[in-house]
Amino acid sequence: MSLLEVRDLTTAFKTERGEVTAVEDISFDLDEGEILGIVGESGSGKSVTALTIMGLLPQPPARVVRGSVHFAGELLTGMSETRLERIRGAGISMVFQEPMTSLNPVLTIGEQIMETVRAHEAISVRDQRLRAIEMLDRVGIPSAVRRLGDYPHQMSGGQRQRVMIAMALACRPRLLIADEPTTALDVTIQAQVLDLLMDLRDELGMAIMIITHNMGVIAETADRVLVMYAGRIVEQAPVARLFDRPLHPYTRGLLDCVPTLEQDRNRLVAIPGSLPEPARRPAGCRFAPRCGHRIDACSAAIPPLVAVDASHASACIRTDILA
Amino acid sequence: MAGVILRRLAGAVPVLLIVSLITFGMMRLIPGDPSSVIGGLSATPAQLAQIRADLGLDEPFFLQMLKWYTALAHGDLGRSILLGQDVVGATLQRLPVTLALSAYALVITVVFGLCSGVFAALRQNTVIDQLAMMFAMLGISVPNFFLGLLMIILFAVRLGWLPTGGYIAFTDDPVGWLRTSTMPAISLALLQVGLLARITRSTMLEVLRQDYIRTARAKGLPRRVVVMKHALANALIPITTVVGIIVSLLISGSVVTETLFSIPGMGQLLTQAVLNRDYPMVQGGLLLTTAFLVMINIAVDACYALLDPRVRYESP
Ligand SMILES: Nc1ncnc2c1ncn2[C@@H]1O[C@H](COP(=O)(O)OP(=O)(O)OP(=O)(O)O)[C@@H](O)[C@H]1O
Ligand SMILES: [Mg+2]
Repeated sequence: MSLLEVRDLTTAFKTERGEVTAVEDISFDLDEGEILGIVGESGSGKSVTALTIMGLLPQPPARVVRGSVHFAGELLTGMSETRLERIRGAGISMVFQEPMTSLNPVLTIGEQIMETVRAHEAISVRDQRLRAIEMLDRVGIPSAVRRLGDYPHQMSGGQRQRVMIAMALACRPRLLIADEPTTALDVTIQAQVLDLLMDLRDELGMAIMIITHNMGVIAETADRVLVMYAGRIVEQAPVARLFDRPLHPYTRGLLDCVPTLEQDRNRLVAIPGSLPEPARRPAGCRFAPRCGHRIDACSAAIPPLVAVDASHASACIRTDILA
Repeated sequence: MAGVILRRLAGAVPVLLIVSLITFGMMRLIPGDPSSVIGGLSATPAQLAQIRADLGLDEPFFLQMLKWYTALAHGDLGRSILLGQDVVGATLQRLPVTLALSAYALVITVVFGLCSGVFAALRQNTVIDQLAMMFAMLGISVPNFFLGLLMIILFAVRLGWLPTGGYIAFTDDPVGWLRTSTMPAISLALLQVGLLARITRSTMLEVLRQDYIRTARAKGLPRRVVVMKHALANALIPITTVVGIIVSLLISGSVVTETLFSIPGMGQLLTQAVLNRDYPMVQGGLLLTTAFLVMINIAVDACYALLDPRVRYESP
């Protein structure tokens, strides 16, 4: 049994133009201590996948249409809010993209870390404080004791993201979901934060799901990768394998324009055309209109994710010919 | 912090100066003067002239003004022509009545406005939300005095539960105060309750959409903590500004309410003073009331700094 088991997860949003499916038939496993990268262009459904797992999407407008999420053997989909609250922050934690807006501006960072511990563990205020100091130390905030009373606006973006990580890890979760944790940061800070995450994984043994649109980040951190396109997984492979022998034309496109960590800002632009909106997705393979290897059969039906071996799968009907 | 308050106090001086100038000018511009009130309808022109001379009203406009400001600089606001009492004394007697009434109305406003606004936001687009907002709209649309009249007719005249008017000081008899103040306070508060409910709702909805609320939920905090601690602490910042304005509106709005319920407050005092051209009373009373309102506004700004660390730290 894996730590996290996601099966056929499908999430839709109610909009003025009817219900649109944001992510569809997402299935994957994540093992204890593993780092799974999820990569894809903006709008491909990475955040929706993560937020659905956390049960953090407001329902309505969001709705889990079908599928299931098991965490440590427990079924999360459909679980009551009170039971989910006990898992969030303690079993699964999440770090968000925007460190500037993700911390509460009117509470001290000490309080924001301490209240997380308070919510999940019956320990004294003194011990909560000690834990907060310990966590700030661990994520590399200097003179932690003094900074407990600081407010978020007194810290830099990189420091705030460290505080977010300290907060997320304060209760030793078994899984950390990091949704573009470095996108908003300067290049040098990005590398530091990624290193920190890797160190913490080694130290605490938690699994990490790292979401990014940056193949460079994937290469540096992940053990295994999911490539998402227009709400579906199009390829899944161990990281070395993916960079070595990408199967899906979309993955190849992404790799052809790998931005190094240094040129993160110019997103994935080398693939001609753009990602279709959820309501305007083409029939059949959603990547077909942008694909150089397109044939008529591509638009006939959505190609299923087919395993080429035990660890590698791709959703392209021409996998055999193109490989 | 103390520096901010001092700066604001200094900034209030020109405000008070302008208010007093306008009051002074306006009182001389409107026709009629205290002499006709004192002398009565049967007074001869000679008697009227004598009264004017006694009051110094025959002097040139600017001289009168100069005298008034000179006295003011010595802390002397003069005597009320009508009451024969000194202006400060009369104000100190009446202002507490208005303040007690406004404070009562403020409590009603904050309790009901804040609660229904938060509640409506948490139940956005449900029947509860729509009902709350309908009542808020009703509160905003129905004129104070109309509601006051309806209440007098129902609770005082028909049912006889409460007196139709008059006032008993809280310090004399707390129950009597409640009996005489409840209807006036409700009629005074109603509009503000509606206003505050609507603003609280929209502020809460805005705050609940913020990233840090999602973070709070992602940490596994119970919904109660997310709403009452994380959301409300942020929503209170803009709401405080509105409450500051509401305090001023309540104090100035009490004029109508005091008249309707025959409450001897500042509103009634000033109305009488204006009608009788009681120059010193109007000028002094308004100046003192304005000074008080300015101080309340400074207090609100101080609250603002208490609630928002970003404000607290940016000011030296
Ligand atoms: N609240 C919502 N209402 C309607 N549609 C939504 C909502 N949230 C997300 N979507 C849709 O779901 C799709 C996936 O969005 P998602 O935020 O998961 O993308 P992403 O891969 O995380 O992109 P990014 O890299 O920009 O973060 C998008 O097409 C978006 O339009
Ligand atoms: Mg995203």
